[in-house]
Amino acid sequence: MGNRHLQQHLDLRAGFTASLVVAASVGAYGSVLGLLAAQKGLTWYQLLVMNLSVFAGSAQFVIVDMWLPPLPIVEITLAVLVINMRYLLIGASLSPLFQGTSLRHRFLFMHLVADENWAITMARFHKQRVSTWFLLGGGLCVQLAWCSGTMLGHRLGAVITNPERYGLDFSFVAVFTALVFSFWRGRRDLLPWLIAAMFALASEALLPGKWYIVCGGVAGALAAAVRETEPGRGHGNG
Amino acid sequence: MADTLLVWLVIGAAALVTYGLRISGLLLAGRLPKSGRFKTFMDALPGTILLSLIIPAAVAAGPIGWLATLATGLCSCKTGNVFLSMVVGVAIVALGRWWGI
Repeated sequence: MGNRHLQQHLDLRAGFTASLVVAASVGAYGSVLGLLAAQKGLTWYQLLVMNLSVFAGSAQFVIVDMWLPPLPIVEITLAVLVINMRYLLIGASLSPLFQGTSLRHRFLFMHLVADENWAITMARFHKQRVSTWFLLGGGLCVQLAWCSGTMLGHRLGAVITNPERYGLDFSFVAVFTALVFSFWRGRRDLLPWLIAAMFALASEALLPGKWYIVCGGVAGALAAAVRETEPGRGHGNG
Repeated sequence: MADTLLVWLVIGAAALVTYGLRISGLLLAGRLPKSGRFKTFMDALPGTILLSLIIPAAVAAGPIGWLATLATGLCSCKTGNVFLSMVVGVAIVALGRWWGI
């Protein structure tokens, strides 16, 4: 039992450390959101509660953007639903990681899943067994950076008023690009990835919000499933 | 007072929707078959989602963004170092914008 707790502790720390780099740009973006929220009249504690309860960067930017009294609650909720639809897929893709965990464990650990710690955990999961504690460690790191950044921005103004100038908007693309190669499983991924890229580009041009993530992800994975003809193939250890 | 209530309702609804999506994805996947085509679909999903996250943003970043994405990818393949690869990509974009490319 002592050993198990030690391992959980180590996994939590490893997950936290692995997310530190991306957390830096999460914090910088948080400060921009904090600044915008202050201008829109959100109090610091309203913003903090939103961080802790919603915990989804792009959705929170849209919420703050739509924050004009009287608050359009239906429109905001629908926008959040559309932007965060990808979490349905992200949650589903975490199923192998959560294998053998209790329902309570799942309900508790799923809250702190963001794009960043999900990608870092899944990239690691392809190479070695990691536990849900690694995922939680990353989530805590990203949440801490998000809260610190937004609070700082709300109280003092943005740390960097124009993150684009320093290429910080690109840091998310860069970190995901660096990670995506861990997901490459060889030639059999070529077609699904091409289809995913095409569908993502087409739906980004045609559909609002973040539908392109869902469209590209589903189309690519469907291509992999439809193509599968040889029994016994694709049953490798994912 | 009614305004404050509305504020909390908006935040609460957004939180509920977001958490609902996170947890339903996991719970639904646990109830679906773990073999055959569905497993192939689920196994391919993480890679295709991540790729779909990247591609439109990388394309929209223009020529300097394409160069930076390429450099990040090459660096990641050669070194396996996520931090270094990210710094390379961000530095290229920052320098490019500095010079107004």
